[in-house]
Amino acid sequence: MEKLINDFSVGLFFWQSVVFILLILLLRRYAWKPILNAVNEREQSIEGALKAAEKAREEMKALQADNEAILKEAREERERILKEARDMKNKIVAEAKEAATAEADKTVAAAKATIEAEKSAAVAELKKQAATLSIEVAEKVLGQELSSENKQAEMIGKIIDDVKFN
Amino acid sequence: MRSKFTVFFALAGFMFITAPAVAQDENHEELHHEQAHVEDAHHEDAHAAEMGAHDHHQEGAHDAEDHGHGNAGDKDIKTIIKETIDHHLADSYEFHITGPVGFPLPVILFDEGMKVFLSSKFHHGEAVAHIGDKHYVLHHGKIYSTDEAGTLNYDEHHHPTNAKPLDFSITKNVFMILVMAIFMFFLFSGVAKSYKNSLVPSKSGKFLEPLIIFIRDEVAIPNIGEKHYKRYMSFLLTIFFFIWFLNLAGMTPLGVNVTGNIAITLSLALMTFIITQVSGKKDYWMHIFWMPGVPVLIRPVLAVIELIGLVVKPFSLMIRLYANMLAGHVVIMSILGLIFIFGSWVASVPFLGLTLFLSVLELLVAALQAYIFTMLASLYFGAAVEEHDHH
Repeated sequence: MEKLINDFSVGLFFWQSVVFILLILLLRRYAWKPILNAVNEREQSIEGALKAAEKAREEMKALQADNEAILKEAREERERILKEARDMKNKIVAEAKEAATAEADKTVAAAKATIEAEKSAAVAELKKQAATLSIEVAEKVLGQELSSENKQAEMIGKIIDDVKFN
Repeated sequence: MRSKFTVFFALAGFMFITAPAVAQDENHEELHHEQAHVEDAHHEDAHAAEMGAHDHHQEGAHDAEDHGHGNAGDKDIKTIIKETIDHHLADSYEFHITGPVGFPLPVILFDEGMKVFLSSKFHHGEAVAHIGDKHYVLHHGKIYSTDEAGTLNYDEHHHPTNAKPLDFSITKNVFMILVMAIFMFFLFSGVAKSYKNSLVPSKSGKFLEPLIIFIRDEVAIPNIGEKHYKRYMSFLLTIFFFIWFLNLAGMTPLGVNVTGNIAITLSLALMTFIITQVSGKKDYWMHIFWMPGVPVLIRPVLAVIELIGLVVKPFSLMIRLYANMLAGHVVIMSILGLIFIFGSWVASVPFLGLTLFLSVLELLVAALQAYIFTMLASLYFGAAVEEHDHH
């Protein structure tokens, strides 16, 4: 211990303290502050970049989800339009069928009516013809066979009845 | 955190122990003095692991001592080795590199006015320096005032009784501190400048930035807290790199032993102490003088213990760094010295290997001690600024 105290150099202690304090002050001004600030700044910028990347990733994810939704919507829209078109087609076809049927019915009815009318006309004509023919026949028969008036009348009556039942 | 500390103290303890153990090889009084200091330091950090290791190393040392006695006629070599080690550990007025290579450093004395002259005037301690009407002699690395003839008067312990002038010389250690301060300034301001172009570190910044961030994230923030740590960053970073670089400089063959000098470690510890007390908040002083949450009668007792702790903390900082670095140097040089004591290549190879191993260990210790000092300083700062919300 005595040697330790004896060897203690006040001068060395003095110089060490002075130089060290100066060194701290100089390094603080010219080294530690700029270095620590730069390191801090870099750490912050890295953190910022990481956060931005994270944000971009999330945005991307949201965008993808949006795309998905839009696609889904588009698909649904297509389905809907197709269905509508199909319905429309069916409806038109059905309507056309209906209209055609109605038209056909109408035509058939008209044809039937015409046929009926023609038939009636033909029957009437036939009747008229038959009557005329009958009269002609009667005239001829009467002219030859009926000399007496009684016989004539009887004959006419008989013929007319026959014609009616026909 | 606990386990980290255990490892550190175990390693630190190892260094405390190896020093005295190997130092016993040298049968010299002065080295025994050194050993005593190291042992003092050792008691500072009493640890179970240390105690176990202690016995083991003591035994090893005794074995080595026996071998040493077996070699006859090695007194001279032992003296040379001892002087080399002493020379290596001590501060000096010249920067001696090897053999005749070296340069003198300025001596600054305050003895009735400032006296500045180069240490070459002492001619390596062989001549009396005549400065004005004053005369100085360099004796065992110390400057004494003498008469014109350079007479030294000795007491019964063979210590000179001459007056020692107030000495503010630029010694080897001061020179190294200045060199290191300039080196650190250019190194770190260079790193700072490199950030102006790009936020990505370049060159030396690539290596130093992780260490700076380590001090910030693993030392300052966990111990001091997110709120206050910024104020202490300059001190912590400076002290970490300063101690580490000077420890590493001590590993070079230049023979510098700055951090193994008690004046240096005292200065560093004292600054830590002052900063701690200045930044002490109300809670800190409350915990020292009037501990909340304990019976009133016990509080004065605790206050005494806390006050002792207040002084012990910087004292342990001072001794830990000093003893570790000194011990490391003594161990390595002593083992290197053993090569010459045995004087045989059979011994050289294992001792060279051992020296290499211990040098690598010292590289670890160099970083470790810087880390421990910084860590404990931040721990003390943290305690000073801590705010409790329980009252």
